[in-house]
Amino acid sequence: MGLDGKPTIKEFDSGYLNMELLRFTTAGSVDDGKSTLIGRLLYDSKAIFQDQMEAIEQASFRKGEEGVNLALLTDGLRDERAQGITIDVAYRYFATPKRKFIIADTPGHIQYTRNMVTGASTANAAIILVDARNGVLEQTIRHAYIASLLQIPHVFVCINKMDLVDFSEKTYDEIKTKFNTFAGKLDVKDVRFVPISAKLGDNVVTRSEKMNWYQGPTLMYLLENVHIAGDINYSDARFPVQNVIRPLTDKYHDYRGYAGRISSGVFKVGEKITALPSGFSSKIKTIDFGDETLGFAYAPQSVTITLEDDIDISRGDMIVKESNVPNISQDLDLMICWFNEKPLQERGKYLVKHTSADVKCLIKEITYKVNINNLEENREDKLIKMNDIARISIRTTKPLFFDSYKNNRITGSLILVDEGTNETVGAGMII
Amino acid sequence: MEKYNLNHLRELEAEAMYVIREVAAQFEKPVLLFSGGKDSIVMFYIARKAFWPAKVPFPLMHIDTGHNFEETIEYRDNLMKRTGAHCIAAMVQDSIDEGRVTEEKGVNASRNMLQTTTLLDAIEKHKFDAAMGGGRRDEEKARAKERFFSHRDEFGQWDPKNQRPELWNIFNGKKRIGEHFRVFPISNWTEMDIWQYIYMEGIEIPNLYFTHKREVFCRDGVWMAKAPYMQLKPNEKLEVKDVRCRTIGDITCTGLTLSTANTLEDIINEVAATRVTERGGRADDKRSETAMEDRKKEGYF
Repeated sequence: MGLDGKPTIKEFDSGYLNMELLRFTTAGSVDDGKSTLIGRLLYDSKAIFQDQMEAIEQASFRKGEEGVNLALLTDGLRDERAQGITIDVAYRYFATPKRKFIIADTPGHIQYTRNMVTGASTANAAIILVDARNGVLEQTIRHAYIASLLQIPHVFVCINKMDLVDFSEKTYDEIKTKFNTFAGKLDVKDVRFVPISAKLGDNVVTRSEKMNWYQGPTLMYLLENVHIAGDINYSDARFPVQNVIRPLTDKYHDYRGYAGRISSGVFKVGEKITALPSGFSSKIKTIDFGDETLGFAYAPQSVTITLEDDIDISRGDMIVKESNVPNISQDLDLMICWFNEKPLQERGKYLVKHTSADVKCLIKEITYKVNINNLEENREDKLIKMNDIARISIRTTKPLFFDSYKNNRITGSLILVDEGTNETVGAGMII
Repeated sequence: MEKYNLNHLRELEAEAMYVIREVAAQFEKPVLLFSGGKDSIVMFYIARKAFWPAKVPFPLMHIDTGHNFEETIEYRDNLMKRTGAHCIAAMVQDSIDEGRVTEEKGVNASRNMLQTTTLLDAIEKHKFDAAMGGGRRDEEKARAKERFFSHRDEFGQWDPKNQRPELWNIFNGKKRIGEHFRVFPISNWTEMDIWQYIYMEGIEIPNLYFTHKREVFCRDGVWMAKAPYMQLKPNEKLEVKDVRCRTIGDITCTGLTLSTANTLEDIINEVAATRVTERGGRADDKRSETAMEDRKKEGYF
C-alpha cells in the first residue's frame, strides 16, 4: 500500500515504467559542437517538444543563422544566448524505450573546469568531443584527465565534424591512436571511440552511410547498452546517518530509526553491525521504507534502519557491517580540485563536509600540483588557484570514516568550505 | 541471489528523500512550498516517506493568489486533514492591501508576478531559512541551470552565474543571517517521471488533472477557464469543452488541455504522445524568452 492507502504497483510489465537511469556528462570546447550533439540526441530521440523547437527556430532566425541552431536548446541563460557560450552546468533529460538519461552539459572553456568536475562527479559515463579537424588538443587531455580523476566508469570519445574531413578513416585512426597514447597514463577502464557528425546526425542515433569503414556501434547504442549495474560498489556496506527518526507518538513510542541513504553495499535484517565512531555493535532489527519493511536494502536506496539495541547514534555517524569497516583517521591524503578565486592556503583551516559529517581541517601540505595539460606533477609551484588540481594532506578535528575514492565515490569524496564566505571552495577525492 | 538494481523512479525517489532529509538536518526552520499542483504533491508525499513513521518535521506554505481553482483549495485542505500536516497560507491579497505590490491592469492581468513579493515577505516573517520547491530542471531552460541547494542573498535574489558547485551528493547549506536557500528535491524528475510515480504509488491528486466539462475560452491558442477575475476580450466566447489541467497554477495563467484522459494510464499515454511541453500553456512563461530567468533572479519559485 502507498501512504495514501491505495495499492501500489510493484511489478512493471511495461518497459517504460522500469528503466535504468544513466547519468552522463559532455565535455568539449566552445566550438567542438557539444551543444549541437546534445540537441541532436534530444531531437532524434524526440525529446524536443514542438514549442521548444518553435522557440529556437525563432531565436535562430532573429540571430540571422542559417537553419536551426540546436545549441540554443541547451544555453538557457540570457548571457549564454547572447554570447553563444555555455556558462554553467545545464541538466537535460531524455528517454528512449530502453533507458532514461540525465545529461550534465558542462562548459568546456578552461576557466570553467570546476563545472566539468561538478558534472563529472555524478556521471556513469562521459562523452568527450574531439573536433576531427583539430585532433587531440590540450583540452582533450584535460577532459580525459578529469574523467579519470573523477572515476567516471565509461568514456565515449566522439570524433566530431567527420563531414568536414571527408569522413576520413585515416583521420579517425590517427586521433584514436593519439588519444590512446596519453590515456595509457590515465585510469579509465572503458574507452570507446565513435566517428560522428553531430550536425548531420551520422552515427549519433542513426548509422552513417558515409562511413562504412566504421563497424562499431552508434553513440546512442552505447548510451543505451553500456553495462552500468556493475559500477556500484556492492561489497562494502556503508550507511552514513542523516537524521534520527523519533515519532514520540503513542503508537511508535519507543521507535528510534536512523535515516540515511546507503552509500555502497547491501544491508540485511538480522545482520551484525558496528556504529562508528562509538564502535558499539548491534543487529539490524528492521529496514523501513515509508510504511513498508524490507528484508534487505542496497545502494543507492534511502531507508530507515532500526537496531536491536539502544545505542547512541546521531547525524554524522556511520553504520557499517561488523566484518567490513572503512578507514578511520584524522589524516587524509587527497586529490583536490580548487574552485575559488582565493587560492588554497597551505596551513589554512577549512570546513569539511564528508558524507553526513561536518568537521574542520588544517591543510598540512601541498604535495604537488598537476599540470592538466600534460599530466606532469609540479612539486615547485604550490600556488593552487581556481581550476587547479593538486595533491594535498589534511588533518581533521575529528576522525572521518572513509574509503578510497577509487573504491567508493561517496565515502571517498568530500568538499571544503570557506568558513568566512560559506562558499564551496574545493572538491576532494581521498587517495 | 537478490537482484540489486533500482529502476529510475526508485532512484529518483531515493535522491529526493535524501535531499529532503538533508534539509531537515542542515536548516533550523525549513518550509515546503505547496501549490496544490502535482509536483508539490509528489514532493510532500516523498517527505512523508522520508520521515515515516514520524510526521514531516516542517510546515507547508501555499502562496495563495486568491485566483485559484476551487478544487485545488479543497484538495489542499483535505490533504492537511488526512496527514495532520500544517499549511500556512500566505495571501497575495494581503500584499496588495498592505501596498507592497500593485495589481496589474488589463485583460492579461495576472497575480503571478506579485507572488514573489508575498513569498519573500512570508519567508522573512516566519524566519524560514530553507524553502523547498517542486521545480524541475526539465520544465524550463533557466530551471535547467538550478542547483538542488540554491543560495539566495538577503534580498532573495538568485545569481545564476555565481552558483556554488554541487558535487556528488554533498550539499552545502551554509549561509549568513538573513540569507536563505531554495531547495529543489525533485530537480531531476521529468513530467513523465512524476506521472509514473503517482501511478506507481497510488497518490491521490486533484480531480482537475482528469477530464471534466468546463466553461472555457480560447486566448492566443490556449484554452483558459472561466473565472470571476478573467475578463473576456470582444472576440473571445465561452464554450463547454472536455478539458483537464496539465499543470495547476493560478487560474489566470493556467492553460487547459483538451483531453478525455480519465485515468492515470490515459494521462501517461497522453504525456508520452504529446509534442508540447507542459509549460507551453503557461501564459507566465510567454512574456519573453527569458521570462523565467528574470523572475527567478528576483526571487520567484
